[in-house]
Amino acid sequence: MVLSAEESGRLAGLLSGHADRVTARWTESVVASLRGRLSQAELRRQLQELHASMIAAAEGGLVDLDDDQGAELRALLAELSRGRARQGFSATETAVSVYALKDVLLGLLDTGDAHALRDFVAYSRLIDQMGLFTFESYVRTRESLIADQAEQLLELSTPVVKLWEGVVAVPLVGTLDSARAQVVMERLLQTLVDTGSPYAIIDITGVPAVDTQVAQHILKTVVAARLMGADCIISGIRPQIAQTIVALGIEFGDIATKASLADALRHVLRLTGVETARRNHRREA
Amino acid sequence: MTAGVDLGTPQTQAIRSDEDVVRVRQLVRTVAVAVKLSLVDQTKLVTAASELARNTLVYGGGGAVEVVTVDNGRRRGVRIVFDDSGPGIADLDLALTDGYTTGGGLGLGLSGARRLVDEFDIRTGVGEGTTITVTKWSR
Repeated sequence: MVLSAEESGRLAGLLSGHADRVTARWTESVVASLRGRLSQAELRRQLQELHASMIAAAEGGLVDLDDDQGAELRALLAELSRGRARQGFSATETAVSVYALKDVLLGLLDTGDAHALRDFVAYSRLIDQMGLFTFESYVRTRESLIADQAEQLLELSTPVVKLWEGVVAVPLVGTLDSARAQVVMERLLQTLVDTGSPYAIIDITGVPAVDTQVAQHILKTVVAARLMGADCIISGIRPQIAQTIVALGIEFGDIATKASLADALRHVLRLTGVETARRNHRREA
Repeated sequence: MTAGVDLGTPQTQAIRSDEDVVRVRQLVRTVAVAVKLSLVDQTKLVTAASELARNTLVYGGGGAVEVVTVDNGRRRGVRIVFDDSGPGIADLDLALTDGYTTGGGLGLGLSGARRLVDEFDIRTGVGEGTTITVTKWSR
């Protein structure tokens, strides 16, 4: 409980008694902090809604934002912070929309009066709660945005490309964790089925560090591909990675490994009997 | 422990999830680059850190890592301390054997990490948690 029912009632009276003045001043002080990235009309509409919802909650005897009476207010605040987070406003810019109300209320009260000041402290506690709630909603929205992006990145970063008739390649870029390794393996195996390719090249040029977990994921993928009748070649093993793999003691067994994707492709073409020859450019007279 | 003066402020990172293991790798790489380790040594140290951080997470139930730059007068280096308060390692010799694992991995993480660094110190006991200190010096 952050304020008493009587204080809540007085807050409702204060807010509804000076409705136009409150929303006008509130909009004015917030609009400056948002530096014109949100139109004044839009902001005024949002704050008017918030204002109306606060009056309704306070008249209903709101003593704590977590109360049932605060449900609608919480929903509005959550919606406001979600909107701000998606539009790219900072956490401060979002929270200011709520905290600015404090100054507005202070301007309405007779600061010489001890009772009015005590009321103001109570209102402040409620506004603090609203601000914290806004902040939490903001962070939740950002976290869900980040999670969405991570998922999209997972989809983006694991293409399986066809290099030649019967040869597919998986260029791995970035960290190969269990989730990505799983996606890579599924994509590769599916592509092997779809294209009927007997050869797959896994290129690790873009993998910054190959530790035992990464190696294990690659080995498992190779074994799975073999079970489906495809041969795997690992390419893109840079000198520092090669030395690290040796020191770690990882063995790739009889799996063919090559320094570059070009070497791997040449190796596969030779295995399949494809001859590559440079065309003779001599012009005939 | 070997003599060496710590330079700069130690950087710490909690290890609570797979993402933290990635953060440890990035932190170690940043410090290794600052100390001017060669590309091979950077990669070795980052890989060792990756192994040990994952061990801290998987076997130690999470913990923390501290990365400091050190200087022994002639060479600079990076020292990393992995600390967890997990169950500890009962048989250290066995745990350091290539191919031995209790977790379904390749069994090369701990032993491999020891080969990747210049100094390797491990303090553990059943129920006492595990603290591993590794150092890599620039050449």
